[in-house]
Amino acid sequence: MTSAALGSRAWKLLEMVTTPLLPSDYLDLVSPLRAGADLRGRIEAVRPETRDAATVVIRPGRGWRGHTAGQYVRIGVDVDGVRLWRAYSITSPTDRQDGCVTITVKAILDGKVSNHLVRRAKPGTLIQLDQATGDFVLPQAKPAKVLFLTAGSGITPVMGMLRDTAFDDAVMIHCAPQPQDVIFRSELHGLAAAGKLRLIEVHTATDSMLDIARLDELVPDWAERETWACGPTGLLDAADEHWSRHGVQERLHTERFRPGTVVAGDGGEVTFSATGKTVDADGATPLLDIGEEAGVLMPSGCRMGICFGCVTPLRAGSVRDLRTGEITAAEPGVLIQTCVSAAAGPCDIER
Amino acid sequence: MTAIDPTAHLTAEQIEELGRELDAIRDEVIADRGEKDAAYIRRVIAAQRRLELVSRGVLLFSIFRPAWLLGTAGLSVAKIMDNMEIGHNVLHGQWDWMRDPKIHSTTWEWDHVSPSDQWKHSHNELHHTYTNVIGKDNDLGYGIMRVDEDQRWHPFHLGQPLWNFLNACFFEYGIAAYDLELGKNLNKRRRKNPEFRARAKAVGRKIRKQVLKDYVIHPLLSGPSFLPTLAATFTANLVRNIWSHSVIMCGHFPEGVQVFERRSIKGETRGQWYLRQMMGSANISGSKAMHFMTGNLSHQIEHHLFPDLPSNRYAEVAVKVHALFEKYELQYVTGPLPRQVLSAWHKVFRLSLPNKKPNVKAPSHEQKLITA
Repeated sequence: MTSAALGSRAWKLLEMVTTPLLPSDYLDLVSPLRAGADLRGRIEAVRPETRDAATVVIRPGRGWRGHTAGQYVRIGVDVDGVRLWRAYSITSPTDRQDGCVTITVKAILDGKVSNHLVRRAKPGTLIQLDQATGDFVLPQAKPAKVLFLTAGSGITPVMGMLRDTAFDDAVMIHCAPQPQDVIFRSELHGLAAAGKLRLIEVHTATDSMLDIARLDELVPDWAERETWACGPTGLLDAADEHWSRHGVQERLHTERFRPGTVVAGDGGEVTFSATGKTVDADGATPLLDIGEEAGVLMPSGCRMGICFGCVTPLRAGSVRDLRTGEITAAEPGVLIQTCVSAAAGPCDIER
Repeated sequence: MTAIDPTAHLTAEQIEELGRELDAIRDEVIADRGEKDAAYIRRVIAAQRRLELVSRGVLLFSIFRPAWLLGTAGLSVAKIMDNMEIGHNVLHGQWDWMRDPKIHSTTWEWDHVSPSDQWKHSHNELHHTYTNVIGKDNDLGYGIMRVDEDQRWHPFHLGQPLWNFLNACFFEYGIAAYDLELGKNLNKRRRKNPEFRARAKAVGRKIRKQVLKDYVIHPLLSGPSFLPTLAATFTANLVRNIWSHSVIMCGHFPEGVQVFERRSIKGETRGQWYLRQMMGSANISGSKAMHFMTGNLSHQIEHHLFPDLPSNRYAEVAVKVHALFEKYELQYVTGPLPRQVLSAWHKVFRLSLPNKKPNVKAPSHEQKLITA
């Protein structure tokens, strides 16, 4: 008998001893970050960056498969005892010596998770992790000329790239209300001083918002540059439009933190048939939020309609896509993205 | 049902007001529920797992008497914790708000021969909805006993002290049979029902796993301690069964607890539902350790009012609920465990014999409301 077969027999035997629990339920008590465990991480440190942003150093479990610069990771954090999942860009370089990864979080108004991480998270706390994901990454071959167009916490995936790759010709336009709000400001200035980056800071509280038409003046050769843009919807929509108008949209890579336009309609009574819960929902709140609020175990992902981590069968009724207003009616096999779907009349979600 | 309705002095308006006050108590806990509560249940679960692991480890050497005693005591407590403070309460959805898939009513499985989903149906949906309604709530005597004068007597009930004793010893099997509604489903026609057969199969699988663990694998792993370990796991299961049976018997059977007629719950309002839970349940008084070992079912009244509030909050809720009982001049049935167990057993013995139907019967409060 091979050792693998022997191991699997031994594991089966263990399962018979630990039933109705699993051996891993016991192993988790002593070694939550071991190989083979559900992927978790431990917060090692929380370092303030600005008055409302902090870098969280996370030691991932043994199952962590690493990341590519620019990718994000979903983390599940217990805030006031409630597990909440959010996605954050990884800001550490891929070859960090101690094996930790960092995310940099900006506390947003009423943001439960961001405020918790920036102001209250304690080293030693276990969090849930997913593998890194996302296609906001650099191509295999390093582009000759690049432009980074970022605003606010949109700097974070780009910082991951800058820390990972030495560019020959890189320009960054970064928008933040005031100089002291610029995350990684001293590091960026250091790169600029070393001639590795041309940095253009736009301080929107004093200079007014960035007008995309000024691009010609700020970076005359912008259209020749491979561009990575990350920031609020307004900026990205303007960039999309601008690059398309000039016929160079294939050079523009964007990463959005929020779903686009919200189209709301009438809500309805939502039944979560597997859990046996029924709640009233308005037409603007994603079914993911409705379910979570009702204590239903909802799978979730990016919360913005991209990753399909939240797809769930729609058993009956119909739902509205909050981005487009499109109505989806229940049919056998119809899956919906609960994070961008709201009730459009009574509906039944298989959770 | 007693001849005199103990809630007769309350007006319809008062009952609704009582309901609003209870809603407010519930809202207060929900608004305050958070990190500390989550830490509590995680601590209890971790402690239970450590205790079970250590106890089973010690039992590997159960051939030595002190190891047998220590291991058996530890395993008994671990099994009680698993069923009472953890299993029962997690399966009620008391911790669903944490959104932790590992501690959730839809994913939890317990150290018990009744699969959790079947138990949830008969317990959460039937017993908690129809609490103490004759003919609707099978917990009233579990279908094998008569625990109220108004339940019809049958010669079968002569044996009920014995039935109750056997049920106590093998309580988990009693519950599994009860969740399967064996009494109703064993007739020829129903036995073939595919839905019933699937459920019976699930119970069979669960029993096999439990028996294999406790009576085969663990003793085998004990080597020369095979027989002592077998005796230890049997004892631990017995202790757990008798303990949980006693606690649960104290919840609805002691003297002073009211039962209700089927027609009395027609068109029941929220306030009336609350009132039925208040009059249909009984508490057990005692120390913190006592409350913990009963899975806080010692706060049965509070648990029935708010089945999905975290169990660690029932003690503080009880103070407020007790005050409401006094305000509305209602009887809060409570007492130390031995007294309540005795009271319940007394009823089991007394009602094994037929009784005269009470002659004068005050209409139940709900009926009065309907005809008023």
